[in-house]
Amino acid sequence: MKPFTYERVTSSADATHAGAQTGAAFIAGGTNLVDLMKLEVMAPDRLVDINRLDLQSIVATDDGGLRIGALVTNSALAADATVAEHYEVLARALLAGASGQLRNKATTGGNLLQRTRCAYFYDTAMPCNKREPGSGCQARDGLNRILAILGTSAQCIATHPSDMAVAMMALGAVVEVEDKGGTIRRIKLDDLYCLPGSTPHIETVLDAGDLICAVILPAPSKGVHIYRKVRDRSSYAFALVSVAAVMRMEESRIAQAALAFGGLAPKPWRSAQVEAALEGNAPSDALFDHAADLLLSDAQGFGANDFKIPLTRRTLKAVLRTATEAAQ
Amino acid sequence: MTQITNLKINGVSQRVGVDERTSLLDLLRHHLNLTGTKKGCDHGQCGACTVLVNGVRINSCLSLACMHDGDEVVTVEGLGTPENMSRLQKAFVQHDGFQCGYCTAGQICSATAMLEEVAAGWPSNVSACLSGKVELSDEEIAERMSGNLCRCSAYPGIVRAIRFAAEGDTP
Amino acid sequence: MTAHHKMDGKHRDVLADMVQDALGRGTPRIDGPLKVSGQAKYAAEVGDGTEAVGVFLRATVSKGRVTEIDTAGLHAMHGVLAVITDPRLLRNPAQGTADKAPVQGPSDVAYFGQPIALVVAETFEQARHAAQTATVQYEEQTAVTDPRDPEAAIDSPEAKQINIGDLDAAMQDAPVSIDFEYTTPSQNSAAMEPHASVASWQGDELTLQGSYQMLNYNRNELADALGIDPAKVRMLAPYVGGGFGSKLGIAPDAVAAAIAAQELGRPVRVVMTRPQVFETTMRRSATVQRLRLCADAQGKLTGIGHDATVSNLPGESFSEPVALATHFLYAGKNRAFAHHIARVHRTCAGSMRAPGEAVGMLALENAMDELAHKAGIDPIQLRLRNIPDRHPENDKEFSSRRFADCLITGAERFGWSERHLDPGMRREGEWLIGMGVASAARGNDLSEAKARVTLHDNARATIETDMTDIGTGTYTILAQIAAELLGLSLDQITVKLGDTDFPSGSGSGGSWGASSVGSAVFLACQDLRKEIAALMKGDASELKLKDGTATLGNMRRDLSDMITRAITVTGHIEPGKASDAVHHAGFGAHFAEVAVNAVTGETRVRRMLGVFSAGRILNSQTARSQCHGGMIFGIGAALTEEMVHDHRDGHIVNHNLAEYHIPVNLDVPDLDVVFLEERDAWANPIQSKGVGELGISGAGAAITNAIFNATGVRVRDYPATLNKIFPHLPD
Repeated sequence: MKPFTYERVTSSADATHAGAQTGAAFIAGGTNLVDLMKLEVMAPDRLVDINRLDLQSIVATDDGGLRIGALVTNSALAADATVAEHYEVLARALLAGASGQLRNKATTGGNLLQRTRCAYFYDTAMPCNKREPGSGCQARDGLNRILAILGTSAQCIATHPSDMAVAMMALGAVVEVEDKGGTIRRIKLDDLYCLPGSTPHIETVLDAGDLICAVILPAPSKGVHIYRKVRDRSSYAFALVSVAAVMRMEESRIAQAALAFGGLAPKPWRSAQVEAALEGNAPSDALFDHAADLLLSDAQGFGANDFKIPLTRRTLKAVLRTATEAAQ
Repeated sequence: MTQITNLKINGVSQRVGVDERTSLLDLLRHHLNLTGTKKGCDHGQCGACTVLVNGVRINSCLSLACMHDGDEVVTVEGLGTPENMSRLQKAFVQHDGFQCGYCTAGQICSATAMLEEVAAGWPSNVSACLSGKVELSDEEIAERMSGNLCRCSAYPGIVRAIRFAAEGDTP
Repeated sequence: MTAHHKMDGKHRDVLADMVQDALGRGTPRIDGPLKVSGQAKYAAEVGDGTEAVGVFLRATVSKGRVTEIDTAGLHAMHGVLAVITDPRLLRNPAQGTADKAPVQGPSDVAYFGQPIALVVAETFEQARHAAQTATVQYEEQTAVTDPRDPEAAIDSPEAKQINIGDLDAAMQDAPVSIDFEYTTPSQNSAAMEPHASVASWQGDELTLQGSYQMLNYNRNELADALGIDPAKVRMLAPYVGGGFGSKLGIAPDAVAAAIAAQELGRPVRVVMTRPQVFETTMRRSATVQRLRLCADAQGKLTGIGHDATVSNLPGESFSEPVALATHFLYAGKNRAFAHHIARVHRTCAGSMRAPGEAVGMLALENAMDELAHKAGIDPIQLRLRNIPDRHPENDKEFSSRRFADCLITGAERFGWSERHLDPGMRREGEWLIGMGVASAARGNDLSEAKARVTLHDNARATIETDMTDIGTGTYTILAQIAAELLGLSLDQITVKLGDTDFPSGSGSGGSWGASSVGSAVFLACQDLRKEIAALMKGDASELKLKDGTATLGNMRRDLSDMITRAITVTGHIEPGKASDAVHHAGFGAHFAEVAVNAVTGETRVRRMLGVFSAGRILNSQTARSQCHGGMIFGIGAALTEEMVHDHRDGHIVNHNLAEYHIPVNLDVPDLDVVFLEERDAWANPIQSKGVGELGISGAGAAITNAIFNATGVRVRDYPATLNKIFPHLPD
């Protein structure tokens, strides 16, 4: 770990100002950042401790939604009564992630911004276009079992490992950000992330100093909430494939299908096309296959992760079956 | 560079000056001679370093010591001594919840806090219901303790010990 | 005084005459209170705070020479005290029982990840940063890193190619036969405590606190590596955080710490990072196995063929002895074995829990299951029909064997009769349910060992030996043996382990520890009984010792009154002609019930039973826990564990505990273990057998056999991850 200067801030103004300096990074729970700093995959010169900012609460919004402070821990969020009752998919996704110890420290903001688990990204002896632009990608032809089949580029096939972000994507979450000038803006979660393209080192639209303050969930929709995570052991493992679903039926037809996917892409994946194909139709095996066809039409495997394509189809169909049966 | 941090460890106030890079784990082990807490992986992947910070279980290897100003830390040494073991520690001995003993401090700190999480009604990934009282089945114990790896594989003993400590007499 | 015995023949069961009732009980571990309260100190935890800290640099080529390390740049870094590149640094650990140094020389790189230098600094953070950012130049050479590479040199030692009868003909003639290839991947012991050493010198004498399994060998290996007299080396390992084979031989950390401490004139601590444990300590070699079985119409085997290809670095003598148990487990007249070693530039291969059986039994027990299915015979019946009366290759008798009983008892207890003969017949919601069985077998050895027992004048006893307790329960078991013979309660006995100043034990390995060192303690205590009997002017055969009281004829005395000065005896057991007179092994049977998800192919073990006959069980609790451990290693081997080597440079890609998946708590159901009582007069004076590795033998095969019963899918490439199962399940 490279030496760094450490400072604590108590206002968002101080935070954004400090965070905007070259080589600065915010630290909240630290469960991802400290991990990466020990391996010098990330090596900030300056650590800005934001844990004393007033971003720790979960409150109702005026339009019946929920405002989740960026420093709310994953555990606190999963155990929140409102989340349990109205945003069940989010609680389920959180509880499926990491371990009790990690959930107690990891924050909402940090969880959204966590880096990929790609083994070559993690190993500074390996070429990695995300870590060092232009150096190459060892994963494409290497161990890519846990890596992406959608949204990849010739330069990078990383996956985003979060469960929470997948559920938030299905719920239509919006991220509130404060910049170093004090301006607050809102970004749809789907628009927060950048696909690798030719710049895999750029993962979000955030600028230096931008501070995530909160995640805002819209008013909850009634429906069946499912988070299904498929992984190599029963707990304490990242998703190979995950599906977050919020589904509502009306008169034997699918009225609403909000779906997001983890383990498939460099960001939590959502497809309006898939949802449009489902909505308004009666559930059937053929319909579910069609939805999977749309979802996976551009899917590309890289050898060790080819299985994710049929696995996604099977998992999605099972989720849709369970959700539509429960929703009737 | 050195950062001064004031924190309480097992009830004792400490004022420490360490490199900012020092993890809470290494502070305990190599600066305060509290070697009960163990380093198994140093990257939050095994749970052997679990301690309680303000009553909450965390992986101390992924936490920087300098960030704990004002915090209260409890380690396995603070839970009991060989002569005066906690109920959970005794249960681990009685039910063979360990073999080599290296993951044990982490298991016990983790279990101590886990039982508080259960009492607070926190659900888990195997809970049928997200709210209401938690039924502490073996499955619940196992899932909630899955962040503590044990290669000697004392898992059956660990689950038994925790159930005994939580409920009373063994069946 | 020394009490020496060489096992040249059977030994009477002397313990059966004892009356203290200390043995066999599930006595809680006497080291328990220290462990659960964090007071037991492991290697890296010993010291007075003056230690400098060393962190290894890692080779980032598979083969070549280190031509330059920017040591000036390193020395310029804050806190750096030394950069050790001494030619005595180890390339890889010593193999188990090597008793001499392994290959040395950090500049010749033989595998990606090899330790090439040690950076020593005042603090861990400084050393780690320096090691992370060091600039190294190499003269890189091309290297074969994949055993399946057509360019890989293959050794086929003549002595390991065995042909008895004519297997080819038997396969041709048999009404039923199977011929399949099975593969297992590289695996890692993954002990929770990383390798660690603290070295300090007093003049020319070295004290090394290390995490090691076999101090009796390790001290010699360390001395040899350093080029000094072993008498100048003291090794200490009172608490070891797991080994599972990875700590059998001296490893780079000990040698590097010793050299650095000598150079700097102050103690040095070296702890391997977890990735370094994966990359620089022994891996279990991957295997490619071919199993051929042929049988007559009644399912009696007429032929067995077990071929294996494993791998290791050029020049390493160890190769995974895959077919060890196949030689004695089942009858079958025509037998063929082949053994090939591919020479590759990968992390060194060595012993990991049950070398040979852990992987060979996976294939053999799957093959038996396949044969049973093909022949329409119940898998347990097939095994029962093929239990040989004597060793099928050398005609020796078995020293003791309750193999059939294990299978039959287990079948009954597990509810085997409810298993569907045809696969895919049982479903609960989304889950396909199945049951599987596999045999367990592991050779039983006796190793030379010494232990010193002192009976003090207050009737307390002290046991001293350099034997280790790596979670195996040595502390408690040795105390129980002494308690039984001397009629003491456990709290009157002090056990001191893991110090080469004490008499040499056998080391913890090969499952021979409890039997060997236990026998040494037995011999010492037997002589102490003679001393006590002499004090009472009688014969030891009539002496009863119980709860601190000695009774002989009509004399009854308190030991504490009788013993006026301490008596010390060193027990010394040696293997002898008994080793070769008969065949020694422990046996068992594994049963597993699995649930396989019909959508995703994820597999969960719902319940497991292991029935074992392993001689006299010394402590029912620690023995059960050892079997749990083996069974759970079996779950890992069957379902999740695989070290993946990058095909370009052979480096272990998933070199951490996040992506090398050992079972977590939720992966493990409650495990049922039953011991069938047995005595083995040939094995050793205490009539016990090893347990630690018997529990892993065959365990994983019971699970993959259960997967077949649940789904009709036969996975022959371990681990049985979901991507190998769901493509064969209906949509």
